[in-house]
Amino acid sequence: MTVLEIVALTLVAITAPAVVMTDDPLRQSIVLGIYGLFMAAAFFVLKAPDVALSMLTVSSVLIPALVLLALARVRQIVAQGDPEEPEEEEKP
Amino acid sequence: MTPRARITVMGVALLGLLAFYIWGVAGLPDFGHYKGPYGTTINHVVATERQLTNAVTSIVFDYRAYDTLGEELILFVSVVGVSLLVREQRDESEEVHPAAAKAEEHPRASDAVRALGVAVVGATLLIGLYIVAHGNLTPGGGFQGGVILGAALLAVYFAGDFASLRQLSPSSIFELMHSAGAAGLALLGLGGLISGAAFFHNFLYTGTIGELNSGGIAPLGNAAVGLEVFGAVLLLCSEFLHEAVLRRK
Repeated sequence: MTVLEIVALTLVAITAPAVVMTDDPLRQSIVLGIYGLFMAAAFFVLKAPDVALSMLTVSSVLIPALVLLALARVRQIVAQGDPEEPEEEEKP
Repeated sequence: MTPRARITVMGVALLGLLAFYIWGVAGLPDFGHYKGPYGTTINHVVATERQLTNAVTSIVFDYRAYDTLGEELILFVSVVGVSLLVREQRDESEEVHPAAAKAEEHPRASDAVRALGVAVVGATLLIGLYIVAHGNLTPGGGFQGGVILGAALLAVYFAGDFASLRQLSPSSIFELMHSAGAAGLALLGLGGLISGAAFFHNFLYTGTIGELNSGGIAPLGNAAVGLEVFGAVLLLCSEFLHEAVLRRK
């Protein structure tokens, strides 16, 4: 194992639990992007540049974008009540 | 079950898993010393037989293109499924409202975000096209390039607003790109049958090694998948954006 491989894999090992241990989904999507970046670096160091590119695009573009959009919608529903549901008075 | 009992059960299970894991990893071949004959064979024949410099592309879009068709259809069907689900929930009457009228009520992004959006659109688009077009030569290909192209149009959204993105390309165009790309790869496979050989036989002239059009069906497959993934990302994001941005009341 080269030094680069050890560094890349250590960063993956540090950031992977960080993703799981982040509580707020909004922050989690950003931490996931950072984890994906290190994972891509690890793939690149391990001579799999094609996989690295896929990892990079999916984890830093696709997943955060979809998670952020979904969170925006969830917040509206929480703030205003679900428009799909019929009007319902909250019981004390 | 008491917490202590739970932890004991979990501890035993984890120890068992750890033992199997170590046993399994110890039995793996050393890194870079894959024992199967397939990889070595591909590495030796790909340059002379297909004039490709990216062995991964030769597997994905030539020797094993049939597998790629399956993967592509998985993406196709899941994106169609998500769109159906999201549209099903959407109120019909809301479709009638012009998007622009509603979007005017929304606060615009900050100047810094918009400037960054404008700055990265062109470069991202160029990188995406480069990665799709050079999939047969350098790492990358249709999937990776397609996602990057999708990201470029998302930057248009950051730079302006959702309404302008919708005017720029209504989702019927996204649907068309999505389906045309998926159909393109399938038709490329049929080309092999028409030429009298197997499905996904490389029936085209494979060109000169190192050139943009080398590899026969590989660059065309990359282009088809690039178009499909581009359309898929845009369709997915525009459906989600519609939900998140235009449904405010």
